[in-house]
Amino acid sequence: MSEQEKFDQLELENGVFETRLTKKFALRKPYERIDPRVIKAVIPGVVAEIDTRVGKTVRQGDIMMILEAMKMLNRIKAPQDGTVKVIRVAAGEKVAKGQVLMELE
Amino acid sequence: MTFMQRIVDFFTRKSTVSKGGGEQAISKQRAGGKMTARERIAALLDEGSFHEYDLFVEHNCQDFGMDGKELAADGVITGSGTIDGRPICIYAQDFTVAGGSLGLMHARKITKVLDHAIKMGIPIIGINDSGGARIQEGVNSLAGYGEIFYRNTLASGVVPQISVVLGPCAGGAVYSPALTDFVFVVNQISKMFITGPEVVKTVLGEEISMEELGGARVQAETAGNAHFFANSEHECFEQIRKLISFLPDSNRQKAEAIEPKKPKPAYRIEQLIPKDSKIPFDVRDIVRALVDDSEFFEVQELFATNAVIGFSRINGETVGVIGNQAMVLAGVLDIDASDKIARFVRFCDSFNIPLITLVDIPGYLPGSDQEHNGVIRHGAKVLYAYSEATVPKITVILRKAYGGGYIAMCSLHLRADFVFAWPTAEIAVMGPEGAANIIFRNEIMSAENPEEMRKIKVKEYTDKFANPYVAASSGYVDAVITPEETRAYVAHALKIARNKGVSLPARKHGIPPV
Repeated sequence: MSEQEKFDQLELENGVFETRLTKKFALRKPYERIDPRVIKAVIPGVVAEIDTRVGKTVRQGDIMMILEAMKMLNRIKAPQDGTVKVIRVAAGEKVAKGQVLMELE
Repeated sequence: MTFMQRIVDFFTRKSTVSKGGGEQAISKQRAGGKMTARERIAALLDEGSFHEYDLFVEHNCQDFGMDGKELAADGVITGSGTIDGRPICIYAQDFTVAGGSLGLMHARKITKVLDHAIKMGIPIIGINDSGGARIQEGVNSLAGYGEIFYRNTLASGVVPQISVVLGPCAGGAVYSPALTDFVFVVNQISKMFITGPEVVKTVLGEEISMEELGGARVQAETAGNAHFFANSEHECFEQIRKLISFLPDSNRQKAEAIEPKKPKPAYRIEQLIPKDSKIPFDVRDIVRALVDDSEFFEVQELFATNAVIGFSRINGETVGVIGNQAMVLAGVLDIDASDKIARFVRFCDSFNIPLITLVDIPGYLPGSDQEHNGVIRHGAKVLYAYSEATVPKITVILRKAYGGGYIAMCSLHLRADFVFAWPTAEIAVMGPEGAANIIFRNEIMSAENPEEMRKIKVKEYTDKFANPYVAASSGYVDAVITPEETRAYVAHALKIARNKGVSLPARKHGIPPV
């Protein structure tokens, strides 16, 4: 029974415990710090148009791209002031959720 | 028409409608490993007990060529019957009739039987097997769903509501099961989702099968929407009959007691506890050692397995048992376990079922995924549910009871009526290691050998605080008892609490965190 089983260890605030771990626990996502300069697609869609170019200086709130998704034309705005370092997609391209669209510097 | 003609006419009409969607559709249903709606009702209820109503209800849709179309019983069979002699209201959607699609009259048949269940104070069982809204009926079909959801909400906490998903149950339709108390699913047959694989693919580009997205196993194991998982429809019906045996007909009654039985000799409590206090034990075995006939009818057996919930009997009377499962994730409270416990506590409280809580909790699960997904509001549900519950509440602290977890697991402070603790209980604000690191930080840091000093201090703290006596000295534990005495203490407490009366402040309703 329980005494023969080889358990895993789980470290908690209150000590280290012998126990079994679950699939969900193993699949939990580690935290990833958000870099505001990297602009990612929050929903999948198609790049309708690109309204900026590499090297262009942008102000926070400037529209840089239109992403057509969920039947809506979504304006992708600059999250902060900066210069467009690289554009990773082209107009007409299908993008997945979380895909990097462009980066600022 | 002569009398005989009328009788013949009646039987002809009845037999036509009773055939549902016809031979072809029925063979298709069977080929998919599914029973027909009528077979399901017959298999679930006591033999010959089913009385059908509204057999001759017809839809009144005129659009899209529907006016000439006859849909037998409008695709749903409703009525009442018995399970082990207990009265039950029931409906079963008939997939062989227009895919079990829900039109206005179909919905009205369901709401009628739901109203009946509420009025009569008897459980309602809904067997779902439907392609969804009957598109031809447009917004009337949506009205039908809305009427069902409204009845489900009214019936909540009044009569036990059981949903059985034996086929597709997609889109808005999923909200009826979601509003009910127990959802039963069958492997490879049940499919539940808000948006299906096709939409997921178009919108998100994700390739996922129906089974992976919302199959029975996913619902029972990952999403936690289903409470009981079976491998066949027959097994599922056995589970439903078993569940019904533990429940009262309505909130106006107590569950019927049966002949008391002793726990089985195979479950000797003193032999179930490992000698090494670091080695976890299966809390379900402890439950079995405490309850009549060692029968623990587990609810949500596959979901959030770091907590266990289920029904048992003590001295013949139904109890709801909640336990932290140290075997899995050390028995921590996390988002899923909190939801699981809180909902169960509320169900038991609504239906006059006393609560037995077995505590062995090291605390909460740390991590950004937990915090960001709202472990605070989910964890708060447990506190709310236990505090609000006015049924007899009996708590047994087996081992660890640290920090917030101690408070949450039906402590005296949340108005447990009886708190018992085993001599192995460790009731403390923190685990010894964490506490020693904080309290003796300076001594440890300034010691010549900090690691050595840390060990000494951890031992010091363990000796002094990792026991039930500090809490007992403040009266937070009513009695320290041996494992062998537990059943007798719990049984006595239930007897004492039988006529418990508590009243909560007058209010329309509380606002439980969700």
